[in-house]
Amino acid sequence: MTRKQRRLTMIGGSLAVLAVAAGLVLNAMRDSIVFFSTPVMVAEKHIPAGRRFRLGGLVEKGSLVHGADLAVTFKVGDGGATLPVSFKGILPDLFREGQGVVAEGALDVSGVFRADTVLAKHDETYMPKDVADALKKQGHWKDDYGDKSQAAQADQSAPKGVPQ
Amino acid sequence: MIAEAGHYALVLALALALIQSTVPILGARWHDPALMNVARSTALAQLLFVGGSFAALVTLHVTSDFSVVNVFENSHSLKPLIYKITGVWGNHEGSMLLWVSILALFGGLVAAFGNNLPLSLRAHVLAVQAWIASAFYLFILITSNPFLRIANPPIEGRDLNPVLQDIGLAVHPPMLYLGYVGFSISFSFAVAALLEGRIDAAWARWVRPWTLLAWIFLTLGIAMGSYWAYYELGWGGWWFWDPVENASLMPWLAGTALLHSAVVMEKRNALKVWTILLSILTFSLSLLGTFLVRSGVLTSVHAFATDPTRGVFILLILCIFIGGSLSLYAWRASALKQGGLFAPISREGALVLNNLFLTTACATVFIGTLYPLALEVITGDKISVGAPFFNLTFAPLFVPLMIAVPFGPLLAWKRGDLLGAAQRLVAAGVVALIAIALLWAWTLGGSTLAPLAIGLAVFVIAGALSDLAERTGLFRLPFGTTLRRARGLPRSSWGTVFAHAGVGVALIGIVCETTWNTEYIGSMKPHDTAHVAGYALTLDGVRQQQGPNFREMIAQFTVSLGGERLSVMTPSKRNFTTRGSTTTEAALLTRGASQLYISLGETAADGEVAVRIYHKPMVLLIWFGPVLMAFGGMLSLSDRRLRVGAPKPARAPRQLQPAE
Repeated sequence: MTRKQRRLTMIGGSLAVLAVAAGLVLNAMRDSIVFFSTPVMVAEKHIPAGRRFRLGGLVEKGSLVHGADLAVTFKVGDGGATLPVSFKGILPDLFREGQGVVAEGALDVSGVFRADTVLAKHDETYMPKDVADALKKQGHWKDDYGDKSQAAQADQSAPKGVPQ
Repeated sequence: MIAEAGHYALVLALALALIQSTVPILGARWHDPALMNVARSTALAQLLFVGGSFAALVTLHVTSDFSVVNVFENSHSLKPLIYKITGVWGNHEGSMLLWVSILALFGGLVAAFGNNLPLSLRAHVLAVQAWIASAFYLFILITSNPFLRIANPPIEGRDLNPVLQDIGLAVHPPMLYLGYVGFSISFSFAVAALLEGRIDAAWARWVRPWTLLAWIFLTLGIAMGSYWAYYELGWGGWWFWDPVENASLMPWLAGTALLHSAVVMEKRNALKVWTILLSILTFSLSLLGTFLVRSGVLTSVHAFATDPTRGVFILLILCIFIGGSLSLYAWRASALKQGGLFAPISREGALVLNNLFLTTACATVFIGTLYPLALEVITGDKISVGAPFFNLTFAPLFVPLMIAVPFGPLLAWKRGDLLGAAQRLVAAGVVALIAIALLWAWTLGGSTLAPLAIGLAVFVIAGALSDLAERTGLFRLPFGTTLRRARGLPRSSWGTVFAHAGVGVALIGIVCETTWNTEYIGSMKPHDTAHVAGYALTLDGVRQQQGPNFREMIAQFTVSLGGERLSVMTPSKRNFTTRGSTTTEAALLTRGASQLYISLGETAADGEVAVRIYHKPMVLLIWFGPVLMAFGGMLSLSDRRLRVGAPKPARAPRQLQPAE
């Protein structure tokens, strides 16, 4: 084989692999992408039952009910609407009423969000970014997000500190 | 006083870095050895000052000086000493200081051990290192100064995030950074080669050990992080395809490709232009990882210690370095001379295939990680790309790669004999088929994919061993000869065997864990018994205990198998009063390579405890594989060829040929 032929073989092979990879990516993009919604968006968009999505919002105060055998129900709200959620399993350490939550699952025919995963966010003051952004957009934003702001409030009475 | 000294040392390091980034280049332009040698002293001095600065921050944390914001926000006087030290890099400012310290360490190492480098190459390499260092010193000093004081010092600190109060924090970030930042050396070498406009096999010989070193640390760092997440987060998962994990996986994939292409360049003087590009890409991906983690652009389980306002600065650094190096590449790469010829079926060809698949796999991870960000910026839609996406893209690309792995070392350089290699792999293929058949029979009606995947892993391991058998003449020659040959085999060949076998071992662990994992989730009262994978676990009771800076609820389980009492497991939940937060401490019982795993959920009013119990077969192999890979890397690193350094040229002009 000449140098040119060898090079063409290489380039052809590479392009073939890249084409396969592109096909895989496009295929996976169609099937395995999950959108994020808040309860208001769910109400507006009429998401069909059975379609998976991520639900984010605040756990409504007083809505958490423990059932038998680790089943729980709670309501997720974003100030505009609330959506009942049912989940079976162990809630993450940082799951609290009044705090942000992201759950993944799908609506059932009766309009209850059946979550199979409740995402654990591992910082007690950490508000999931999606939830925070969505709440901000709807104007239901209280500045209680993030430990930075609390720390800042504590420090800001005194000047936050200067180098040296 | 200590804080001010640390701050001042950092400013001095910046000044030194600025000198180091200009003077040696001028020296190289003017052919002035004295100016070029400035790089060596400034790199060592920089290491001294950054080291001092880092030591100052450690001292502040150890002595609990709460007049420093960083210590106040991340420490507590009651915290055990080890976490006071590791807490230094458990936050944004401290971890950036660790980043530059390691950068200075690598620069110092090149300065100290680079005596056999051509003077101008060393000057250029150290100058490029100093560009990176200057950018990050500025970043720290302007946006993330860890030495800021509070005017009215509080009495007590706010404590470190409890999840981080674990031995994992002592090991994982430093290892990961040694890997990330270690790739800066191959980047600097690549840019230096482009600046000088010449490159040859000796260049690859200098670059390879540094790449290998960084790769070993990155491999161990990722494995360690995965194990940490596994036992600390309490859901028994070891890889979540989380953007932050992907951020470390991408440089690893590119770095693995770089290791292999550097071999081709070193041995055959081919693939020069590609190796240079890979060096640039690998470190660019490390920078991208730093950006993703440190800028807070991601929604992520790793979202500790992030601050979006700093993102812009890192993004700027990212654009300058990646854009700059790629432009330089586009401008100068054509000046580099083409290397040796080889047939598509050859060792080189196999390594090209390896590179092709690794970089393509890396590209799919890149798309899966950044597409959601891009989409959010462009359309405002929020999506999440999770495990299903990567299983559908990454896995199919890895299958052909794994099939090809055993063939590579058996092919000859320049022109290989595929049929011959296949014949020598017959034994490995047979072993793999037997493994598949046995597993199929054993798990009849179960998953069909799992036995095939394990068969593939067995093929990789057996293939690595048959390469070894081939080289030592095992079964063909008398045993004494084999032993002698084995001893005479270059360490890098042994390294290849271990590293390749490690890939197979990890794959077996991954497949077994994901396919045959059994779990029990339920609430238990004292004296209840749960049955998982043949084990009976009885909850004996729950007790409370006081730790140094937390209260702990410990549940005690008695584990028995077939009526015989095996052991006691004590998972717990810790309540950290300072931050008012809880962590779950899982209990692990290791049986061979498998593990039983218990973590606790909430306690109901009637005293029932929610528990998760997993039996994870062969799970330890997932991390044993990377350890084997890293061990293989170390063997390769200790190879005489690399220790001796670059070959002394027999005829002086042959060492570096001008490319033009």
